[in-house]
Amino acid sequence: MTDTIEAPRSPARPARKRGTNWEKWGWIYMRASGVVLIVLIFGHLFMNLLVGDGVSAIDFGFVAGKWADPFWQWWDVLMLWLALIHGTNGMRTIVNDYTNPGAVQKVLKGALFAAAAVLIVLGTLVVFTFDPCPPVAADAADLLPSFCSA
Amino acid sequence: MPENSAGTLATPAKPAREKPGGTLYRGREGMWSWVLHRITGVAIFFFLLVHILDTALVRVSPEAYNAVIGTYQTPIMGLGEVALVGAIVFHAFNGLRIILVDFWSWATRNQKVLFYIVVALWIITMLAFTPRHLINVFSH
Ligand code: HEM
Ligand code: HEM
Repeated sequence: MTDTIEAPRSPARPARKRGTNWEKWGWIYMRASGVVLIVLIFGHLFMNLLVGDGVSAIDFGFVAGKWADPFWQWWDVLMLWLALIHGTNGMRTIVNDYTNPGAVQKVLKGALFAAAAVLIVLGTLVVFTFDPCPPVAADAADLLPSFCSA
Repeated sequence: MPENSAGTLATPAKPAREKPGGTLYRGREGMWSWVLHRITGVAIFFFLLVHILDTALVRVSPEAYNAVIGTYQTPIMGLGEVALVGAIVFHAFNGLRIILVDFWSWATRNQKVLFYIVVALWIITMLAFTPRHLINVFSH
């Protein structure tokens, strides 16, 4: 009995001939975003886990202090967009690997897309609409950063 | 049989060994780096979904935010953070390895050496991170 084996590099389906080759740009994006994310995430973890008392020092006042500086606002927003799109596109690859085309695959990809879209909008709004001195009950005033009472 | 008949599989005369034998990929560095890259990628993805939601509580109230972030400061979560950082550091270093293997022919030939370099850098990074983080967690 003999069986035909395809050449190792034959693609599952041919690349599109006209228009944008989205799979190629996705492949490039995974690499470009990965390089930038190393800097952003390692910097994030360094500032939040290693400097000073690390994770024990994080509270509302800590976040207010960081986001008082546009530098950290943009750092976080860039990290948010790059990491979520990178992660969601990676999850799409995995869904493609383990499911066949059909309803299940469509639902999974739709869920990934919806989660990423909602969280990108939410996270961006959180950073840019953040109020470091919200109205609080008098006994909670010590939760606010010190510059609120100045 | 002609040399170039790789397109067909003839039944071998002798039955093959029971277990699939060594191949260039299966069970070797290339496969394990891929398995770990995939598992760590999925784990970080789900952490990030939760993490954006917990950070969003700063828009609800200082009390709400401090309550969730307080759970990050417990001993059990402290150990979980070591696992999370371990996953990120592996995914990041191995991601760089993937990029080098894709674009640089020396790295393609030496992907195995590079895998052991990734493992070594991971160990060094975690040795530097873990004690400091656990002291922060357990001394407060
Ligand atoms: C245990 C480890 C971590 C801790 C304690 C932590 C803590 C924090 C804190 C306190 C903030 C508020 C703002 C700031 O400090 O910049 C924040 C925001 C953020 N973190 Fe982390 N983080 C951790 C790991 C990560 C990782 C691994 C990622 C990426 C995959 C990440 C992505 C983000 C993003 C995108 C934001 C901004 C969220 C938004 O736009 O609403 N964090 N994190
Ligand atoms: C720290 C910097 C990072 C680097 C250098 C990096 C690099 C990479 C690279 C090169 C790939 C391979 C893409 C391919 O094979 O075509 C990849 C896949 C992936 N990444 Fe990242 N990444 C990083 C951070 C992240 C983060 C923060 C997440 C989650 C939010 C994530 C989730 C994934 C997933 C789910 C995959 C797909 C894995 C697979 O197909 O087996 N990565 N990453």
